[in-house]
Amino acid sequence: MLLTSALISGLGLGAMYGLIALGYHVTYAVSNTVNFSQGSVVMLGAVLGYILGIRYGLPMPLAIVASLALCAVFGLVVERFLVRPFAERGSNAWLMATVAGGIILDNLVLFTYGKEPRSFPSVLAEKPVEIFGAGVYPLQLVIPVVGLAIAIGLQQLMQRTKHGKALLAVVQNADAARLMGINVRGAIAGAFAVSALFAGIAGLLIAPLYAVHSDMGTLFGIKAFAVAILGGITSAWGVMLAGLLFGLMEALITVSLGSVYTQILSFALVIVALALLPNGLLGKAGVKKV
Amino acid sequence: MSSSLRMTLTRRLALGSVALGLMAVALPVQAQDTIKIGLVAALSGQSAKSGEAITRGLTIAIDEVNAKGGVLGKKLELVRRDDESNPGKGVLAARELVQREKVAVLFGGLDTPVSMAIVPYINSEKVPFMGVWAAGTPITRNGAAENYAFRVSAVDEIVDQALVDYAVAKYKSKTPGMILINNSWGESNEAGLKKALAGANMKYAAIEKFNDADVDVVPQLTRLKAAGADALFMVGNVAPSSIVVKSLDRMGWDVPVVSHWGPAGGRFNELAGASAPKVHFIQTFTFSGKLTPKGEQVFAALKKKFPEIQTTADVTPAVGIANAYDGLHLTAMAIAKAGTTEGPKVRQAFYAIDKYDGLIKSYFKPFSTENQDALGPKDYIFTRFVGPEILPLTN
Repeated sequence: MLLTSALISGLGLGAMYGLIALGYHVTYAVSNTVNFSQGSVVMLGAVLGYILGIRYGLPMPLAIVASLALCAVFGLVVERFLVRPFAERGSNAWLMATVAGGIILDNLVLFTYGKEPRSFPSVLAEKPVEIFGAGVYPLQLVIPVVGLAIAIGLQQLMQRTKHGKALLAVVQNADAARLMGINVRGAIAGAFAVSALFAGIAGLLIAPLYAVHSDMGTLFGIKAFAVAILGGITSAWGVMLAGLLFGLMEALITVSLGSVYTQILSFALVIVALALLPNGLLGKAGVKKV
Repeated sequence: MSSSLRMTLTRRLALGSVALGLMAVALPVQAQDTIKIGLVAALSGQSAKSGEAITRGLTIAIDEVNAKGGVLGKKLELVRRDDESNPGKGVLAARELVQREKVAVLFGGLDTPVSMAIVPYINSEKVPFMGVWAAGTPITRNGAAENYAFRVSAVDEIVDQALVDYAVAKYKSKTPGMILINNSWGESNEAGLKKALAGANMKYAAIEKFNDADVDVVPQLTRLKAAGADALFMVGNVAPSSIVVKSLDRMGWDVPVVSHWGPAGGRFNELAGASAPKVHFIQTFTFSGKLTPKGEQVFAALKKKFPEIQTTADVTPAVGIANAYDGLHLTAMAIAKAGTTEGPKVRQAFYAIDKYDGLIKSYFKPFSTENQDALGPKDYIFTRFVGPEILPLTN
């Protein structure tokens, strides 16, 4: 009982980290840049879902689709205004620009959506079901399934389809890709939209388990980045696996040693893991062919 | 440049600086027309409702004082700053209010870590501080030779005694566990609960910590359950407290939860769901139930001033309103007694207050150098959420 409930809690949390971290993976794989406002997009997905579905009473499926579409649009905006102007000049200022974008978004939401955390009810998080003696909300089981499905889909898309290979070509050599007729800017913009979409999905999935408020995404964004690096940011599988491991590790440390040690030990283990595997669990060292 | 032009410029400059100088003399005079009362509290973020409640309590009390002609012939004026529940921002705001706004007394908000950060500063600046929510024991018992921190609110150490007594009387608890927020408020209560349990010759099952951003505290609760906890003492603000309740639900662990007053700070009933009423928590005041004439009067004033208040359910963090209301009246009495807004004299005047018929109770000699807390063990009540309303529990 002690172990099962910890395992299930850990897997649920880990899948969320993995899902958000996949967003970092997608943009990194295509453009070697990431959107550091990813945590804020998690929050945006949840807040938009709350506003459209609960405050304005739209039918939930419609509210979800609309929220995710708006998250994707936000991803496009981030790429166009916070990443492209810097990355195309070879500057790393997109790092700070995307962090700043996230802070601005958090504060805009604070003033428009409101200051109080609100509850996002869901039929999937009302009655717990029992698994091996431990209670779980059905939603906690849905999250790993969605996360793994997206990871599999992404891996297949990148390696088996023409479009996926085109995306990977962009990061190898943007100029050559452009000469081969690949729409480089479009590919990168698309990757940011997809990345924000993943964060939005994560936000909507987390919301019913948690409370919806303007700073709900911050810690998730940071942990997910640790997970992305741990997994080897170039591998969708690695990222998802690292997410699950990180979640499990947190839960197991809490159960066995107590919550005081959770953050200290879990992040220390991330450092140890990276010292042993500098490219992450499944990442490959970047080989520049000249 | 011609010499005449230079002279004109110099003359203009001279005139300008004279005008500026005059304004500089004139401005403070205008600023002194009121006595400024500062408030540093959470006006945004998950504890925003607490800041709103304190503001309401202060506003009603200030209106009453001003209607009777103010203090020392001047009206009181409230100046608020948001600390965003962040100690660093709280200290910055306190500095700004003390140095630039020249507030006579500074009121504090809900967060113990913020008040703990502000207290050393106000002690060094010799500006009285009035805590009306944060309950951390060391806020008023801070060891300073000249202590400027006063409080009309709960005190963790006394609350913890009350929590232990309640768990024993109501639930016959023998080995309670603790689930505490991982900050200085949690620490203050860990010390208080341990002391209270030792006093009652009881052992605790285990102590677990959780964080504001935790989504799932099942692992912590699982440890507490495995350690044999027969009741839980919970210390945390609204959102994290509701995560504890949801996690308990998911585990299917029906254990009594005796809580500090964190859940009162917001929409606990909405966030924690159907199990919200299971949590019994401490308060210093509620507008629900039978009110005293003073209670009726303040509630009527609240409804008049804030049209969004219709029923007692709309004044859920009643402690914030009531503590701030009484705190402001006591402060006004101290300033009037001191005959000045100078910090050291106002501080002495707090000790000289004899009697005040307040909203929470009738105060007799509420402050002394040994005890700068106006509320004591007899001033607590246990309550729970029923729908959006906080109702008193009869033991």
